Amino acid sequence: MRTIPLSEITKNIKEMCIEANYTLTPDMDCALKHAKETEKSPLGRQILSQLQDNLQIAGEDDIPICQDTGMAVIFMEIGQEVHFEGGVLEDAINEGVRQGYVEGYLRKSVVGDPCIRENTKDNTPAVIHYEIKAGDQVRITVAPKGFGSENMSRVFMLKPADGMEGVKNAVLTAVKDAGPNACPPMVVGVGIGGTFEKCALMAKKALTRPVDERSEIPYVREMEEELLQKINATGIGPGGLGGSTTALAVNINTYPTHIAGLPVGINICCHVNRHSVRTI
Amino acid sequence: MERHMQAPFSEQDALSLKAGDYVYITGTVYTARDAAHKRMQETLAAGGELPIELTGNIIYYMGPSPAREGRPIGSAGPTTASRMDKYTPQLLDLGLKGMIGKGKRSEEVKAAIVRNKAVYFAAVGGAGALLSKSILQSEVVAYDDLGTEAIRRLEVKDFPVIVIIDSEGNDLYEMAANAVCDSAENSGV
Repeated sequence: MRTIPLSEITKNIKEMCIEANYTLTPDMDCALKHAKETEKSPLGRQILSQLQDNLQIAGEDDIPICQDTGMAVIFMEIGQEVHFEGGVLEDAINEGVRQGYVEGYLRKSVVGDPCIRENTKDNTPAVIHYEIKAGDQVRITVAPKGFGSENMSRVFMLKPADGMEGVKNAVLTAVKDAGPNACPPMVVGVGIGGTFEKCALMAKKALTRPVDERSEIPYVREMEEELLQKINATGIGPGGLGGSTTALAVNINTYPTHIAGLPVGINICCHVNRHSVRTI
Repeated sequence: MERHMQAPFSEQDALSLKAGDYVYITGTVYTARDAAHKRMQETLAAGGELPIELTGNIIYYMGPSPAREGRPIGSAGPTTASRMDKYTPQLLDLGLKGMIGKGKRSEEVKAAIVRNKAVYFAAVGGAGALLSKSILQSEVVAYDDLGTEAIRRLEVKDFPVIVIIDSEGNDLYEMAANAVCDSAENSGV
């Protein structure tokens, strides 16, 4: 058994909320730079060049990359040999979010009740997903999610007869409907299989996979590559103003499913695809 | 075409702007997003006065991140305009001349833009750090309790936007995607 004080969880989550909102991960940074070189439309190149300037200003002047600093989505992968000490884990996580958003000059974008809609003023609560793993470590992923792109995300409960073609059409439909609203160039997270909620969760987690890393399953890898090419052929382009860079990557995760179903979750993320990962 | 423009602006200015024009705005614009629009609509329904003058003015759909000490504003990019579609035709009919946001608008909004000879601009979504550099001053003028969703008066200088829907109803998003698709078809891709 390994004991971890909850103050350490709070401290890390606070730092990770700030880090994720001020700097992109190297794979995203690299993909955006590369897009600027390969984009075919002059206006598209101009938009991608502004996004480069934006990232530079965010880093140098301590301004969040985007004003929508998101709702904090947190994946906690907890080794079953770990024992937390000093309170309740969920409270410690939310305290980290509170400190990060208040001290990091991040926008408070959370309302306490979806219908009454009063701002909680500290961006809590986070949306937390727990997984119990082997070992004595804790892997934390903080992925602040903006809602311009979240609002354009979809779940399709397809029929088995729809097959792979049906899955591809569902992804393309979601991307075309999203268009300029989702702040392209986007990253498309897809979850195929499982149940209604499982496919959505897989799609969300797929967004945290590096954009230059393809699936290990051969047919999934092919689907990722084919869909990326088809999405970029839609012409939506950077900012939705036309061009050959509509998405930077399609990341697909799969899971076994029921004989009667083929659930597909599509979680779209803007070019500010933020996440910070740490292992404690 | 690249243009420089003052805000607020006249009908004549609006008529001269065409979808696809790249415009640098200098002057005063107001911010309002979901909650402020809802409250303005409720105020109008109750027969009240709006807290800002609409005639000739621009509303920027934006809720900033907090400003650090000594700075006018934090990150300040556009939010998705379609969420305001429900409220927009009424504001245009009352004199609103321009909107800055990102993303598609409804047919009802397009019709109201044409009817009132107004303009819908987009700023680059997700470039909030860059756009903040064109904002010189920011002051909350109404609905302070809404936090980031309060109505702010901004003084901007050369704030970069693109005309998406012009006063004739031309829509750049439709034009841009069609152009790329056409060229792809012609080149046999």
